[in-house]
Amino acid sequence: MANVKRSPWLLHYDGSSCNGCDIEVLACLTPVYDAERLGVENTGDPMQADIFLITGGINEQNAPVVKQLYNQMPRPKVVVAVGTCACTGGVFKEAYNICGGADTAIPVDIYVPGCAARPQSIIDGIIKARDLFQKRSEEHDAKVKEEKKAGKHGSGSPAVSLQDAKEAAEEDGKEE
Amino acid sequence: MLYRVISILCYIILAPFLGGLLEGLDRKISARMQGRVGPPILQPFYDLIKLFKKQYIIVDRAQHFLLLSYLALVVFTGCMFFGGSDLLMCFFVLSTASVFLYFAAVITSSPYTTIGGQRELIQDMACEPALLFAALGFYLISGSFNIDTIVHSQYSAIAKLPGFFLAFVFILTIKMRKSPFDESASHHAHQELVKGITTEMGGRNLAIYNVTEWYETVLMLSVLALFIINENPWSYLAAALVICAAYFAEILIDNTAARVKTSTMLKMTWMVTLLSAGVNFLVLMLV
Amino acid sequence: MPVVPFLIIFPLMMAGLMFCIRVNRVRNAIAYIGSVVIMAAVGVLTFQWAHGGFQPIELYVNTEIADKVILCAEILLMIQVTILSFKYRKYWISLLSIIPTLAIAWLELFGPEMQTEEHIYIDHLSILMSVIIGVIGSLIIIYAVGYMHGYQHYHTKIGDRRYYFFMVLFAFLGAMFGFVLSESLLWIDLFWEATSVCSFLLIGYTREPEAIKNSFRALWMNLLGGTALAVGIIYFALTEGTVSLNVLVTQARLNHGDLMIPVALIAFAALTKSAQLPFSTWLMGAMVAPTPSSALLHSATMVKAGIYVLFRLAPAMSATTTGMMVAFVGGFTFLMASIMAIAQSDGKKVLAMSTISNLGLMVACAGVGRPETIWAGVFLMIFHAISKSLLFQDVGATENSLHSRDIENMHGLLYRLPRLAIFMFIGIAGMFLAPFGMLISKWAALKASVDENNILLVFFIVFGSATTSFYWTKWLGKIIANTNEAPVKDITKRNEMISIAIHGVLMIALCFLFPLLSRVYVDPMLREMFQVAEQTLPTTTLDLLMILVVFIFAVPLIAYSYSKNIKANKKLSYMSGINTGKNHAFTGSFGQNERLVLSNYYFKDICGVRKLMLPSQLVTAAVIVVMMIFIIGGAL
Repeated sequence: MANVKRSPWLLHYDGSSCNGCDIEVLACLTPVYDAERLGVENTGDPMQADIFLITGGINEQNAPVVKQLYNQMPRPKVVVAVGTCACTGGVFKEAYNICGGADTAIPVDIYVPGCAARPQSIIDGIIKARDLFQKRSEEHDAKVKEEKKAGKHGSGSPAVSLQDAKEAAEEDGKEE
Repeated sequence: MLYRVISILCYIILAPFLGGLLEGLDRKISARMQGRVGPPILQPFYDLIKLFKKQYIIVDRAQHFLLLSYLALVVFTGCMFFGGSDLLMCFFVLSTASVFLYFAAVITSSPYTTIGGQRELIQDMACEPALLFAALGFYLISGSFNIDTIVHSQYSAIAKLPGFFLAFVFILTIKMRKSPFDESASHHAHQELVKGITTEMGGRNLAIYNVTEWYETVLMLSVLALFIINENPWSYLAAALVICAAYFAEILIDNTAARVKTSTMLKMTWMVTLLSAGVNFLVLMLV
Repeated sequence: MPVVPFLIIFPLMMAGLMFCIRVNRVRNAIAYIGSVVIMAAVGVLTFQWAHGGFQPIELYVNTEIADKVILCAEILLMIQVTILSFKYRKYWISLLSIIPTLAIAWLELFGPEMQTEEHIYIDHLSILMSVIIGVIGSLIIIYAVGYMHGYQHYHTKIGDRRYYFFMVLFAFLGAMFGFVLSESLLWIDLFWEATSVCSFLLIGYTREPEAIKNSFRALWMNLLGGTALAVGIIYFALTEGTVSLNVLVTQARLNHGDLMIPVALIAFAALTKSAQLPFSTWLMGAMVAPTPSSALLHSATMVKAGIYVLFRLAPAMSATTTGMMVAFVGGFTFLMASIMAIAQSDGKKVLAMSTISNLGLMVACAGVGRPETIWAGVFLMIFHAISKSLLFQDVGATENSLHSRDIENMHGLLYRLPRLAIFMFIGIAGMFLAPFGMLISKWAALKASVDENNILLVFFIVFGSATTSFYWTKWLGKIIANTNEAPVKDITKRNEMISIAIHGVLMIALCFLFPLLSRVYVDPMLREMFQVAEQTLPTTTLDLLMILVVFIFAVPLIAYSYSKNIKANKKLSYMSGINTGKNHAFTGSFGQNERLVLSNYYFKDICGVRKLMLPSQLVTAAVIVVMMIFIIGGAL
């Protein structure tokens, strides 16, 4: 059986933050911590990412951006909030423009606390995330298989047309 | 005839494995050069399997069939090559294949893929003279574009074609998308272009693209081997060694050079092509 | 064979009719009939010739009356040019017409007694040219009827002189037929001048200051070539006592001596006609003319007249200084024009530049003068004629609908003007993509120039083919890019579409048929020209090509039908998360919608015409002058 968890690709987004966690995330990829040994790649492209790693809080301006990036990621996907700001809004929480943590915009799966979060804990978060990714991938596989079966034994209903796909994309923002 | 069929089949079946393995080694060696542990050697295959398992997403539906055509044409080029047919024609078909990649990029009308696509075109423009020169070089010394004839020559081609070889290795950096000339699709952690030409490719599309790149890498390295191989069976071993050395050199360059501007790339490549392949060509024609 | 004079005289009669009839509808109907008749006549000519067993046919040995008529026509042309150049105060240009014409007249009236040779010669090459002229010319006239209607409707400031436009088009066809079927150099000279004047008249059609300026530039450059031609003819006639082109070629081929002077002079004339550097600017300027004339004269047929002459001379030029000169100029033009084409964003300018560039490749092929290169050149000529004519017509029709011919405005043309975009795609693909003929011609040209030790030409082709793919591919990408913009109303007339569609079908058919064409037609032609009996291209290569053609057509189709029904989730395109939802705009820094504009690379500061044209003109001019001195000095 193929382990998709061996290939977790990251999309890193930095919201409203002091950039501390941002730097720590990048530190994870440096020789000292070397997240790449886990198969991690920092893609920067939502279409290719599996794990959405958010640092910093959500404000009025970046909420739609985060939502759009999340929607652009193909399923299965996992969201990791790194640092206190991403978890709850942190020190900025009471600011006039801040909505709160990442979970005010999109469903968050893993919370990595810390101000700034330590690379070790970030990598720990990634490891947790990739296990979740594996689980979701299996669920996704089962679903795809089911659909295929239904497609074969059913009335031979054609694959989803572009119209349906558009609707599916709109739904994508909702909980999976 | 049977021999040809076998070698074509070998290419179709083995090339992606070989290409993937080479990329895995590449990432491992790069990591070691940077003082990291690096991913497992089979990492590219893990990535590939994952990409196939992910949800199928599109920005423009046409991208998929264009990428499939790209794959098919590159494989076809490889089959032509391993079937022992015309080398110059191989390169022409390869350039048509890359047109399909360009289409797959620009058809989405997205900013990053479009700029990646344009840069890809410039890369192709930079590569093409050296590729054509390589074919012409082989033609000059063996009297034929046929790969069968070239392989069965008495001496290794590199003895007479050192300049062509150099120019070819130089553009290999572009073809393998290595750092100083990696203009169109950024690898690893380079981010200013996002993912360049592959930005809108997710899941299966990216997987097809990756497999095609592996096919192409193997094809390019085989052309490199053509410079070494002669009728002596031991030359195949020498060719393998040269390929390894060239690949290692590419990795080293990748890890030590910073990306240059597209125009610099074009100028450098054409200069090198002119000065090494061109001068070599002149010498061969005049002497 | 009465069909030969018919082909020359009938279009001239049509021209007269066109001028007399001022009712558009009647004239259009007659133009249709005329073009169909011309096509049929070409068919008859081809059939009669084929019926005779594909052998060369020589006609009209004694033609004293016709000779007088020709001379009168030549003097009439001279008077016409003189009047026009005085009218527009370009007095010196008239000299370029008066001097050669009077010299030719002197030769004919007071010169030495000529040997009587045939005046009309029909062989593979002239039949090929006639078919190209007949089919493409007639189709373009059909197209022009619709196009000019839209053109006059859209350009209200330009006086409606359609009767004049069609008159010149028909007259041109007659001159062109005369040119390719003639064997006597005196006749060739007349028809040569006639095509130059037709081109001049059509460029100046709009009578705007720029058009007039450009038309006179075209005129003097072509007349300069005509002068060289006349000098060459007179020299040849005085030394050998004959004016037969065939005699010139066979004699010059046997002994390279002083007969190389007329060969070089005629080759020089051909270079001007084919708009090679340093004379390329006239073809750039000719783009102000209405599109049908660009399609017919300035890409498909008239500029091919130069190539035709060079092909005729090729056996004599092979491995001579003249051949070297021609090959250098052609190869250099191929490279430089293709680099300059990168910087153009005006569709018609790109077409003009690529025409110059491709003509350069053909000229170079002729200059090398080996069977392989002529093979390559002939196929280049066929493919180029069809695809350029198609492209010009298509761009013209697109301009009428889109009100712009800038490539940047053709973004997503496939979704906005689908019919025209598809044919534009076919035309462009025909110019450089793998299954079409350009590729195999390049293959043969490269091989032959290595065989011939023509080092410089190899360099030109190798680098030129890289730049050629660049400017075509980026245009293609523009056409197919996705867009949300509303479709444009397609106001292309049915007759325009018919012509474009036939061209498109011909293009694809040629792609499948050309191995057959090579074996049945082009190989015998080369045997005729070079008296060698070998097959130019190995059968294995042709077989491989057929596989390739089928493969390249089949793969995208199969892939398309496979991918059409895959279940997919549609995503927005990536714009760093600020895509406004329809892929055509993003959120700006003040929260407003910012329209996304995608543009191609042009490198205007590196490869612009302003930067490169003058240096390349100087280089080629210097080469031509030096080589001419060598040739003439060496022969004397």
